[in-house]
Amino acid sequence: MNARATISLALSALLRNRMRSALTMLGVVIGVAAVLMMESLGQGATAYIGATISGMGSNMLMVVPGAPSQRMGGGSGGAALFSLHDLDAIRRGARDVALLSPASQRPLRTVVGGLNRSTVVTGVWPDYLDIRAWSVVKGRALTDDDERQAAQVCVIGHTVEEALFPGRAALNGELRIHDVTCRVVGVLETKGASAFGMDQDDVIFMPFSTWSRRIAGTDRFGLVMAAARSQDRIDDARAQMTSVLRQRRRILEGDEDDFAVRDPREVQAVLDQVTGILTTFLLGVAGISLLVGGIGIMNIMLVSVTERTREIGVRLAVGARSSDILSQFIVEAVVLSAVGGLIGIGVGLGAAFGLARLINVPFIVPTAAVPIAFGVSLLVGVVFGVFPARKAARLNPLAALRFE
Amino acid sequence: MRFANVSRLYGEGEATVRALDGVDLTIERGDFVAITGASGSGKSTAVSILGCLDLPTAGQYFIEGHPVQSLSGDVLAALRNAKFGFIFQSYNLLARTSALDNVSLPLIYAGVGALEREARGYAALAAVGLAGREDARPNQLSGGQQQRVAVARALINAPEVILADEPTGNLDSKTGEEIMQLISSLNEARGITVIMVTHDPKSAAWARRRVVFSDGKIASDTRVSA
Repeated sequence: MNARATISLALSALLRNRMRSALTMLGVVIGVAAVLMMESLGQGATAYIGATISGMGSNMLMVVPGAPSQRMGGGSGGAALFSLHDLDAIRRGARDVALLSPASQRPLRTVVGGLNRSTVVTGVWPDYLDIRAWSVVKGRALTDDDERQAAQVCVIGHTVEEALFPGRAALNGELRIHDVTCRVVGVLETKGASAFGMDQDDVIFMPFSTWSRRIAGTDRFGLVMAAARSQDRIDDARAQMTSVLRQRRRILEGDEDDFAVRDPREVQAVLDQVTGILTTFLLGVAGISLLVGGIGIMNIMLVSVTERTREIGVRLAVGARSSDILSQFIVEAVVLSAVGGLIGIGVGLGAAFGLARLINVPFIVPTAAVPIAFGVSLLVGVVFGVFPARKAARLNPLAALRFE
Repeated sequence: MRFANVSRLYGEGEATVRALDGVDLTIERGDFVAITGASGSGKSTAVSILGCLDLPTAGQYFIEGHPVQSLSGDVLAALRNAKFGFIFQSYNLLARTSALDNVSLPLIYAGVGALEREARGYAALAAVGLAGREDARPNQLSGGQQQRVAVARALINAPEVILADEPTGNLDSKTGEEIMQLISSLNEARGITVIMVTHDPKSAAWARRRVVFSDGKIASDTRVSA
């Protein structure tokens, strides 16, 4: 008996029992759909986080006070803040650092006319926005002149523009921050929410000199922002900054740094790991449901073999070999699981698409997982089909015919 | 086909049933044999063994001189497919399957292609007077018609031997007579050997040879002159 005859035989047997076939498939459908949905959403979340992090600026490095080992909970652990002399030293000694800026920030009440809002205000050098690859959509960015003159100017994020200048031009408008009047010279491009859910557009930037003299009262700061010359120089830039800062901060050879250079790619790596673990875990759960689906197929196939004992007897009597019976029942199980797998792929991708829309992450078709899920569902059919099929194939023709 | 001291035992130990007990029987090609006897006398068992649906526990069964016990399961399947056609008391058609598909079932296992299967299926149904009922399912056919489908199925692979186990047992006497006419014509027109188990004397009367079983043994074996 050839393969086509076997398959058409299996199909007609399954179509004779549509309802049962559909219910039998359901387990595999759910298993495969769960696998694909998890995989798609996992990849979507990873891609989303990756996009957010690269949106923070490529080649970016951040330096914060406090030993790397102590900084898990935040706080500098008593380590000294940075000074502008540190930045001069970095500029001289770290050849692969292209852009450099201090950053010192505080949430402050900002007032325009009758409106007010608490917003994070940050004092920075003009390089800062370039480091973060952040452009100005209205007006201009901060300049070196602003910095030199400690000009009372600022650029604001989109959220601040909406909140404090509703329905009117923010440009050249004045806002009062902590008793200092600042003129808005630029509005930043919209960045949206960060991977951690913070509104990145609820920000105000002003020249560091203005910040330190008029607001902070100190020119010490807790964050150095830098950008390496190119992607492949990030590690070099990091090493150079580390060595300059160790000198400046008089750290003895063998002692631990009392500051930490951070690379957003590390954050990405950690997040990738977390999503990876989650995805693996959920895949395990989905795998179990696939297993249960397979057992469902085996159950129904066993019932089917018993119920169709006479049919098997007739087939044997008219010349079916036991291998024909074996392949018929295996193919039935495989067709069930394969069709279930295909439906599951459709359902899983559909659900992933809907959920991706809902939680606002990109929808990704997991190209590797689709064939794997299909392959696994085929395998489930074979594995769980063999036992009932062997039971059918081993029947004695006469006993099968006389079975009531 | 020849039985040499064939026995068939069912069960084990105390509960052993001796369905056939040292039977010697030779059936010539082209014969029409009726096997009769009380129920439990071993007549059905004998036919099952003749049709290679079952194997003897002891003794030898030869088909054209070859001992059947030495054949593999696949060869026995091929024998059932090509040499034998079966007709059962309860028709044994596949439920929810059209008459055409039922009739052409043996051809699937003979490796015949779909188109030829269909053509031969149509021809076989026409030969038993069921042209036009190809798409009918068993539950849409009368008992007589179902048995005709079964006869067509038994015929389709041009068998040398037809084994019929109480072919008229479930039919009223008129339909039974029609079926017997059909079976008898196969024997006469096509030279097919017919071996039929029956307890109905009217059916048995169609045969040329009558073998009576009793307690697993042959009680009498008579030739009926036409």
